[in-house]
Amino acid sequence: MQSPARVIAALTAGILFGFGLSVAQMIDPAKVINFLNIFGAWDPSLAFVMGGGLVVNAIAVPLILKRKSPILSEYFRVPAKTEVDRRLVVGGVIFGVGWGLAGYCPGPMLTSLSFADASILTIVAAYVVGTFATKFGLTKYETYKQTKHAENEACVG
Amino acid sequence: MEIINFTPISAFIGGSLIGLSAAILLLINGRIAGISGIAGGVIYPEKGDMDWRIVFVIGLIIGGFIYQWSGLGVGVSHIQAVVDTPMLIIAGLLVGIGTTIGTGCTSGHGICGLARRSPRSLVATLSFMASAFVTVFIVRQLIGA
Repeated sequence: MQSPARVIAALTAGILFGFGLSVAQMIDPAKVINFLNIFGAWDPSLAFVMGGGLVVNAIAVPLILKRKSPILSEYFRVPAKTEVDRRLVVGGVIFGVGWGLAGYCPGPMLTSLSFADASILTIVAAYVVGTFATKFGLTKYETYKQTKHAENEACVG
Repeated sequence: MEIINFTPISAFIGGSLIGLSAAILLLINGRIAGISGIAGGVIYPEKGDMDWRIVFVIGLIIGGFIYQWSGLGVGVSHIQAVVDTPMLIIAGLLVGIGTTIGTGCTSGHGICGLARRSPRSLVATLSFMASAFVTVFIVRQLIGA
């Protein structure tokens, strides 16, 4: 069990995030599709949502990362990896197709559970299955690669 | 080009709240506010750091409730899915698969990652944005026309 303060911080962040998405109307898939439909009747709002998030973060994050550690944790868990790989592109393209088809990315999808109808429950269930199956598959694949690697190493010896 | 339903002020305010949320999570817990990453750790638990993830997701839903109760903005009564059930299932699966392979979504790569000037997040964001624009162009302009 983590410290209650850390859990409260996570809850506060979650509430702000869900409220922010709602205020920005990103929980309306039609609004998201209207942003992506650049050759149709276009709604540029989504760019302003990302802009707002980026401006706040671009100012706050460098200041926060000047600290030695977070307030209630030992270290910052910020991805250190900088090398670009094919996985990023493949995953991004697959995600983009799903996002473009229905107008739901993970944040709005989960926030919409606050007024869930059959459609929202359907897409969240499919998202959960897709995530679970992929994580399961990737974990198996990584283990397999490591085993193969170990076998090859053994052969060299 | 025809512009419709453009709401720059509420969009920017909402986006800033999302940015504030990400800043709080980083400052206090040292974590990145990437929704697919946080939810992924709940859906397929790997290590013993579940509670903050579950609580964050519950927070998202509470945030949605507060918006509805507050009477702010345009509410949610007009919101409807734009596609039928089979398409929702395909879309949900693709979002789950893609964000897991690509290690992030609109929030983690698109907002947090870009703000940190991560080259990985830039590549991921360009990939899903381009793919989503092309998908909507095909579905709404070519097929839908």
